Amino acid sequence: MFYDMKPIDCDVHPAVPGLDALLPYFDDHWRETLVQRGMHELNSISYPNNSPLTVRKDWRPAQGRAASSLEQFQAQLLDPFNTRTAILNCLYGVQLPFSEDMGAAYARAVNDWLKREWLDKDDRLRASIVVPMQSPELAVEEIERLAPDKRFVQVLVLVMGETPLGRRHHWPIYKAAERHGLPIGVHAGSSYRHPVTPVGWPTTSTEDYINQSIGFQSQLASLISEGVFKAHPKLKIVFLESGVSWLPSFLWRFTKYWRGLTMEIPWVDRPPDEIVRDHVRFSLQPFDGPTNIDDVERLFEHLGSDELILFSTDYPHWQFDGTDALPEGIPKAMLQKILIDNPKSTYSRLQETG
Amino acid sequence: MNIHASNVKTDKQKSRIGLAIADGDIHPRPKSSTALFPYLATRWQEHLSTYGLIPRHGYQVGPAYPKGNPDASRRDAYPPGGGAPGSDLDFMRAQLLDSHNIELGILNAITPAPGNAQNPDLAAAMCRALNEWQVAEWTEPEPRLKASIVVPYEDGQAAAKEIEHWAGNPNFVQILLMSRTADPLGQRRYWPIYEAAVRNNLPIGIHAFGYGGYPVTGSGWPSYYIEEMSGHSQCCQALLASIILEGVFEHFPTLKVVLIEAGFAWLPALSWRLDNHIHKLKSELPHLKHTPSEYIKSNIWLTTQPMEEPSRRKHLSDTFDWIGWDRLIFATDYPHWDFDDPSEALPIRLDETKRKALFRENARHVYGV
Repeated sequence: MFYDMKPIDCDVHPAVPGLDALLPYFDDHWRETLVQRGMHELNSISYPNNSPLTVRKDWRPAQGRAASSLEQFQAQLLDPFNTRTAILNCLYGVQLPFSEDMGAAYARAVNDWLKREWLDKDDRLRASIVVPMQSPELAVEEIERLAPDKRFVQVLVLVMGETPLGRRHHWPIYKAAERHGLPIGVHAGSSYRHPVTPVGWPTTSTEDYINQSIGFQSQLASLISEGVFKAHPKLKIVFLESGVSWLPSFLWRFTKYWRGLTMEIPWVDRPPDEIVRDHVRFSLQPFDGPTNIDDVERLFEHLGSDELILFSTDYPHWQFDGTDALPEGIPKAMLQKILIDNPKSTYSRLQETG
Repeated sequence: MNIHASNVKTDKQKSRIGLAIADGDIHPRPKSSTALFPYLATRWQEHLSTYGLIPRHGYQVGPAYPKGNPDASRRDAYPPGGGAPGSDLDFMRAQLLDSHNIELGILNAITPAPGNAQNPDLAAAMCRALNEWQVAEWTEPEPRLKASIVVPYEDGQAAAKEIEHWAGNPNFVQILLMSRTADPLGQRRYWPIYEAAVRNNLPIGIHAFGYGGYPVTGSGWPSYYIEEMSGHSQCCQALLASIILEGVFEHFPTLKVVLIEAGFAWLPALSWRLDNHIHKLKSELPHLKHTPSEYIKSNIWLTTQPMEEPSRRKHLSDTFDWIGWDRLIFATDYPHWDFDDPSEALPIRLDETKRKALFRENARHVYGV
């Protein structure tokens, strides 16, 4: 059984049970304001509460929110998967409010809630710092506030925001992350400043979700083209819930254009596929590859490196049944890397804290 | 493909492919900004001269992202007698059709691109003009060339009318849309186009580019042309997902769709992703009776240019295997800068059947020529 290796699970999602649970973590001004205004939950349309994808059926409780308590995590995830460490990526929609101040207040509350209600209560848990992408300045402030706590191992942003992630006004965030040894986790989801598809608003939730991988492709182009990795040589980016099967063909195409258009981005002085190998990682689930074992083997060959993929269950999202988080066809020799070595070398803070 | 300037072939060189081939993507272009005037009513000539096309981006003239080359064209594609690349039939015959032994060339007129015009009546008038110009100046004088009906696709009814106007005319073998539309192409506003296509047994060609008004990424406008250029594949993935998920192929099972100049190697990944998620989310999509990969295998074709170039050639043939050798149509994209030379663009050896399918038979089959 692979899980004897005690995997490091790089993408799991604790749910905020409700605004009431967060209120103690706001300051007086915000607590009063949110109550006075009758503030609704920041639940994003990326994951409709009752969608089959949002919570696997057998992980859905009779009442209350799935994945909203430590007990649920322990019983459904940490124990059955024999998890060594799980990285909490909270998807509460702090990126959605248009007000920078409100986004920042929510981010602070979510991070402090994660600290007290989760990290303090189970040693197996680590977390990502959620940041208000509405304001790079406030995002950096939040990173600086939490970075001394080594249980925060990453900075979490959504794949679709107001401007592409490579844009220079985001760089102070990358500088802070690099300084503190924190990778930037880029997770599926949007702040819905633009339609999720480059050709307009979709009509179904399915279409929204399918288009997430397209959003990742564009962000990878942006991060490389703008020269983020040249300016931040130690920065690591982890694409979370991105899918991975699109990567080889994206790189073939993008590398070809890079050869033809170097005059436009001369600071990109080495091939994009090399840059990706050195700086970008991908969580395993949802594994959006073929189902035939032979094709899976071919896909891994196309990926061309055994260091790209980090184990994840994407709990409680429904990506697989039982404990079958490892698709058949993954080369056996790669398992130790995917389950443990790659996460450890990506998240330097996991090495420091065990 | 990337060619160093010193290696650019001259029209004197003979094709080394040794097979009469089909080219699924050739771009004819009016010689000047007034070359379409003989096909336009005075009212629209005056309108164009006074206000211009007013596309869904900020510049009066030129693309939103400056291209890598003038006119995005091969530097050797300027006709000796003057005019823009792709504007001189004789020069196109010599440089493209004769020297590469092309027996069937599909014209996709994308410059100008009236589908981008904000004024729907102007769009319709210009589409009619472009279509009349294609017949009079290209396909009638040169039988190796077949044209695509340019339509004002943001107005489904007007587009269907334009299709009906040309229905049965042997100069046309396809209906041409651009990939970046105002809404995803599966949505109902575009269905009159599909209905007319099926009624007249014409494939829908969807060529990369255009301006629908939204950013080319779901996260806003990128800085560089390379991002827009590579982003066209994302646009095609999005529009294909839309067409499938909206049930276009359930309603129009005989509809043929050809995706042009947006790459092809992304298709297997999208197909797997769609299949993997659709069975979990089918309660939202009860109208779909088949898996997405089944629709893709039966209703979708792709042109090959710009050919993806993995460092290991086997990866390209794996990709062809996954897509199916019957689904790909070779294209040069003449006269554009990333032209694929039929004798050099494909880095893998093919057996005779596959070679014929890719370079000729698939196009003949789809276009019924």
